[in-house]
Formats: sequence, structure tokens, C-alpha cells
Amino acid sequence: MNFDFTEEQNMLRDSVARFVQDDYNWDKRCAIAASEEGMSAENWQTFAELGWLSVPFAEEYGGFGGSAIDVMVLMEQFGKGLVLEPYLATVILFGGLLQKVGSEEQRNTLIPQIIEGGLQGAYAYLERQSRHELADVTTTASAGANGHVLNGEKVVVFNGMGADQFIVSARTSGEQNDEAGVSLFLVAAADVQRAGYQMMDGQRVANIVLKDAPGVLLGEEGAALPVMEDIAQDANLALCAEALGIMEKLNATTLEYTKTREQFGVTIGSFQALQHRMVETFMAYEQTRSMVYRALCALTNGEEDATTAMHALKVLVNRNGRLIFGEAIQMHGGMGLTDELDVGHYAKRLMMINTSFGDGDYHQTQFNERVYN
Amino acid sequence: MHTQFTAEELAFREEVRAFYKEAHTPELVERFSNPATMKDAIIEWQRKLYDQGWVAPNWPKEYGGTGWTDTQRFIFDSERSAAGARGVIPFGLSMVAPVIYTFGNEEQKARFLPRILKSEDWWCQGYSEPGAGSDLAALKTRAVRDGDDYIVNGAKIWTTYAQYADWIFCLVRTSTEGKRQEGISFLLIDMTTPGIKVNPIHSIDNHHSLNEVEFNDVRVPVANRIGEENKGWTYAKALLAHERTGIAGVADSKRNLANLKKRAAAEVNGGRSLLSDPLFQKRLSDVEIELMALEFTELRVLATVASGGAPGAESSMLKIKGTEIQQALQELNMDLAAYYQGVLPTDLNAEQLGHEFGSDARQSFMYGRAATIYGGSNEVQKNIIAKAVLGL
Ligand SMILES: Cc1cc2nc3c(=O)[nH]c(=O)nc-3n(C[C@H](O)[C@H](O)[C@H](O)COP(=O)(O)OP(=O)(O)OC[C@H]3O[C@@H](n4cnc5c(N)ncnc54)[C@H](O)[C@@H]3O)c2cc1C
Repeated sequence: MNFDFTEEQNMLRDSVARFVQDDYNWDKRCAIAASEEGMSAENWQTFAELGWLSVPFAEEYGGFGGSAIDVMVLMEQFGKGLVLEPYLATVILFGGLLQKVGSEEQRNTLIPQIIEGGLQGAYAYLERQSRHELADVTTTASAGANGHVLNGEKVVVFNGMGADQFIVSARTSGEQNDEAGVSLFLVAAADVQRAGYQMMDGQRVANIVLKDAPGVLLGEEGAALPVMEDIAQDANLALCAEALGIMEKLNATTLEYTKTREQFGVTIGSFQALQHRMVETFMAYEQTRSMVYRALCALTNGEEDATTAMHALKVLVNRNGRLIFGEAIQMHGGMGLTDELDVGHYAKRLMMINTSFGDGDYHQTQFNERVYN
Repeated sequence: MHTQFTAEELAFREEVRAFYKEAHTPELVERFSNPATMKDAIIEWQRKLYDQGWVAPNWPKEYGGTGWTDTQRFIFDSERSAAGARGVIPFGLSMVAPVIYTFGNEEQKARFLPRILKSEDWWCQGYSEPGAGSDLAALKTRAVRDGDDYIVNGAKIWTTYAQYADWIFCLVRTSTEGKRQEGISFLLIDMTTPGIKVNPIHSIDNHHSLNEVEFNDVRVPVANRIGEENKGWTYAKALLAHERTGIAGVADSKRNLANLKKRAAAEVNGGRSLLSDPLFQKRLSDVEIELMALEFTELRVLATVASGGAPGAESSMLKIKGTEIQQALQELNMDLAAYYQGVLPTDLNAEQLGHEFGSDARQSFMYGRAATIYGGSNEVQKNIIAKAVLGL
């Protein structure tokens, strides 16, 4: 039994950690959040130069050939810095889908562009009514003389304003919630109408309207649902690793604060009422880390209960995330309510992580189905 | 034990209901939610209540109160909440006014109370300081006598709506001898006095309600002191109890719960509404059951007060349970909004966005974190109960 990381993974972690520490301090991060694009093109190029954009891609496309563990190592450090650049949208989701179901030609042309930092992508799958149900798709794609055309609307598309290309889920057959009949399409940004807005965690998202938008089929027609489930799992693993970094940071900040803030002539950390709760948040963090490892082991060993472990992980990240940020804000008193302090921003990101790719309740329901039914 | 309303009470309820329906217009609600129009809209709303004679149900009749029974007050608040109407800003009407009519002199009463009733002055509360939060008695803002004035120096923090305020009621240090609590005085300070500076503090709900208020050689007439010098702590403590009873927010939570149920019925995940989802039902009923009990806990506390008892440590319980319920409801609301829960105010309208309540859910969830912190944090309330009720 060994939970050590490889030499390469340690190097990756150190390099991301150094970047976050030296080049992504809080002021810089806030300036990026307030900018028009909500990301820094310069940082994106740095990511490319440092090879981070290549992590999950196979060597044959110029990638690093990394595993889920490598992604976890990177995302955890991104979490600590609340990195805003659209790594999830472009690399994990858009690139991940290309790698899973793109044709040889699509992979060969697009993945190297992602790795170089020259291509931004987004995965447009949510609809206003769909909530967390992947099969709830009303956008349609119909085959015509010149390929498919798509009609419908997608909402809250991460990196929706920055993307050059979208991968869009659309129905090629069947009814609204049918598992069969959903397909994925590559759609150029120029062919959709988009309306951008901002989320509380600094992310720029967009609603996109498709009106006879030309789309190139990606993968097998009508059989996209398992692929969508698969990519949701990849996304959740990345997000949970990010959440782990956030939790560690929140606990450290709060612990430090309770050791310095004085009331009634003593540090507030000396109150046992708070000590026990900080022990709870510490344990919540450790339990979350264990569950991340458990899910990673199951996934990388191709174990049968990997999906169960992933559901369990998302449930725990939700529960422990809320506990940890709730206590962090509470123990900071009025300070915790200020926008200037980073604590609230970490809290908001944890909330958004929870609601992305199925929230705690959704995954607990899935867990129950798998384990008890 | 009886909880039935009499015929008069039912008639009163109809009257109140009709008033809210007519006076609390959608146009006002719209203006409340826009920071640029909020202040004027609130004043306008409070004047409507004043014109009706209902703006100060908690005041004694002689100063402009309603002379209502507790039951009438209860009905009034329940109807307010059922109508989705906002309450009054507490700092003037519910916080400083009781101190003025209880401990102030005749001149102070005549000068301040009518203006508070008519919402002619906007008040804010200057208690907390950077070094004095839960440990309020640690406050350091100094008031030094100079003839008929005090000269005030120091800083207050977390002062809600100081940016709108005409007046601030402050706890200041007038003595450093003896017990800390015995060197504090209660001053009313005109916000236009030279030497006062208000610095905004932006909060995690993306609004601006909090401020830091600096005092640099601010001259305050001794005539603006309430009661005796160095007795301010006693007056403030009486006021804190007032702040805590309202804080349970049972009526508002009932209304929020009802709204949640409506939303949960409309939100559909994979063909099943959230209201029929077993996990969501469990979370919802956990809160609803606590709220059912709290409603009666509050009535029991009110009954004690009505029969002459003081709302002592029991009001701490109302505060703890009430705020826990509020936060649980806000959290459920976020989950109902799903991925729309993070939306910041945008130029897109609800139709373009595809969602109605995401931004509101976010705002109340984030601001809602404060309810367990202000008005004496929940930890401090637990310390009070441990000591005063359990004798620990
Ligand atoms: C939104 C908002 C609005 C406010 N409006 C006003 C206003 O208008 N006017 C005004 O004067 N003040 C206002 N306040 C200030 C509020 O009263 C203080 O924030 C509160 O008293 C807590 O003080 P603090 O922020 O300094 O936290 P601290 O006292 O530093 O507390 C930090 C943490 O330690 C805990 N703690 C402290 N002592 C103990 C103990 N003995 N045992 C266990 N735990 C303890 C606290 O519960 C908290 O969790 C407002 C605050 C907020 C958040």
C-alpha cells in the first residue's frame, strides 16, 4: 500500500504551486476576475509553455499522457489559488471529449491547438430545464444535404464567451428524457448567438442560441449519453480535486485567524467551543482527501465500483465543503462577510463546484440506486 | 392554553391584510431591490405605515405606538410576512427609540422620537469596533469632555447603512477606570458633524450595506448623551434584548418555506419534481418541523413577556434556532436554483437568462451568513444560555 506520488507528479505539483504562489497572488487574481474576459491570455500561454495544457492528452497528439492522478495533482493546486483560467472547459471538457470520441482527423488537428494554447473550447450541454439530468435534451440536430443543423438553446456554458468552438449535445432522435438519441456536435462559435454573464465565482458563462447552426457529428450518432456520463465523471474528479485544495486553504486561513484574533483578552482559538469545530473541519478535509484517493484508485485500476466511489466523492465534497466554508465565514465574524477577504470567494467556488455536473443530492440518489436497489 | 383568534382579532387581520395588499405595491418592491432607489423607497414605505399609524407597534402609545396587544402585533407581523412585505429598518424605530423613550430626557424625546416615527432621520448603530465585536466592552472610541461638548475619536465598523444615515447612536468610552462596562456612555451623533468619515465595506453578497465610520475630533454636545455618563452599557444591554427577539424571523421563514415548496414543485429533474424527491423532501421537512416548533417557542416566550416576565436568555434560543432555520432555507433555495445559483446581476432579463430567482438566491444565501454573526453571534448566545439558563 502506497499513496506516494511519482517524481513527475511531485514536479507538476511543485510547478503549479509555485505559479500560484508567485504569479497568482490575491490581487492579481482579483484583477483577472474583474477584467472583461475574466481570464488572462498571458497566463494561458504560460500554462501552454509549462506543458499543463497537455496533461490529459495522449502522447500521439503531443500530450503528456497523464492519468487522472496527474489531473488531480494539478487541479488541487489550482484550487488553492482559485485559478480562473478555463482549464476545465477547454482542456478537461472540450479536449477530453475530442479525445474520447473525436475522429482521428479531429483529434490530430484540434488537440495540438489546445496544447499550444491557441484554441479555446466549451462544452454546451445544460438547458434551462435540464437541471442535473444529462439525458434531458431538447436541442435538436437534423441531417441535411450539408451535414447536420442544430436548433435550440444551451445555458450556463462555462467559457462560453471565450470559446472558439463548442461541443454541443443535441437530440437526433427520441423524446426529451430518452437515453438513446442524443449526439454530440462540433459547432463553430461564429455560428451561434451568445449572451454572456458572470457567476459569483468569477467564471464567465454564456447562453447560446442555435438557429440552424451547422454542426459536425462527434462520435456515434444517438449514442452520446455514455460519453456524457464519462466526461461528467472526469469533470467531477477535476472539480473535487480543486475543492480539496480550496478546503485545505480555507482551513489553514481559519486556523491562522483563530490563533491571532483576540476577544475577551484571549485568542478566539482558545475557546473550546471553536476548537472542537475546527477539529471537525480538519477531519472533514482528511475524509475528503481519502475519498479522492479512493475514487482515483478505483478509476485508474478500472475497478467496477469506480462510479459508486465517484458518486460518494461528490456527496462528500458537497457536505464537507459546506461545513468548511460555513465555519470559515462564521469564525471570521464580520470579517468573513467582506468581499476583500478571500474566504467568501473560496466559499462561492465550493458552491459552484457542488452544483456543477450534479449536486450532492443528485449524486446521493445515484449512489442509493447503485448500492441499495 | 389557547391559540384561536377572537372575532375582533380576525377582523383586525382582514384590515391588516387589505392594507398590505394595497400599500405594498410591486412598484415599491422593484425600487427596494435597486440600490440606487432603495433608500427613498424604504422611506416612502415607512411613511405609508406612519400615515396608517402602524409604523411603531413596539412603542408605548404615548409616544406614537399602536397600543396593540401581543396577539395583534403577532398578526401584524404574520400578515406582513405573508404579503412578502418588508419590515421597517430597525436602527431608528426598534433600536434607538426604545432607549430614548426609556432612558432619555424630555427634551431628547421631543426632539428625536417624532422624527424617527416619520422616518425623517435615518439612524445607524455604532457599536462594533475592529477590536470589539463579541467582546463589545473592549470598545475604545474615546469621548473626552470639553466644556459642553465631548470630543470623539476612534472608529466603528460593520455599521449597516451608515452611508444613508443622518444620525448614529454610539457607545463610546468616557472612562478607563474600573470595570470596562462602567466606563461607557451612549451618545447620539449627527452624521454631518465635521470629522466624521464613512468608508464603504463591500460584502460577499455583492452589495454595499456595511461601512467603517471614522471619528476625528468630532464635537458632540453633552446634551446628546442618553442618561448618565458611564451608564451607557446598561442602556445598550436593554436594547440588545430588543434586537434579539425580532431576529427569530419565524413569519419570514414560514413565507420562504412556502415559496420553496412552490419552486420545488416546479423544478423537475429527469421527469420528477424536487418536491416529490425523497432526499429533497427529507431536507425540507427537517427544516419545516424545526420551524413548527420554533413558532410555538416564540409564542411561549411572548406569553411569558405578556404576563410580566422579561425576555431573558430565552430570546437567545429564538435567535439561534431562527437563524439556523433561515440559513437552511437559503441553502435549499440555492439547490433549487441549481447551476443558476451563482448568477450575478446582469443586463439579461429572466427570459433571456432562462431563470427567475438564481441571483436573489445567491444574494440572500451569501448575506444570510451574517445572521449567525450579528446581533450577538450564535456562539455568544450559546454562552449566554449556558450561563444564565443552565447555570454552567
Ligand atoms: C452583516 C453585518 C451587519 C452588522 N451591522 C452592524 C451594525 O449596524 N452596527 C454594529 O455596531 N455592528 C454591526 N455588525 C457587527 C456585529 O455585531 C459583529 O460582527 C459581531 O458582534 C461579531 O463580532 P466580530 O465580527 O468582531 O467577530 P469576533 O467577535 O471576532 O468573533 C469571531 C468568531 O469567534 C466567535 N467567538 C467570539 N467570542 C467567543 C466566545 N467567547 N466563545 C465562543 N466563540 C466566540 C464568534 O462567535 C465568531 O464566530 C454587523 C455585522 C455583520 C456581519
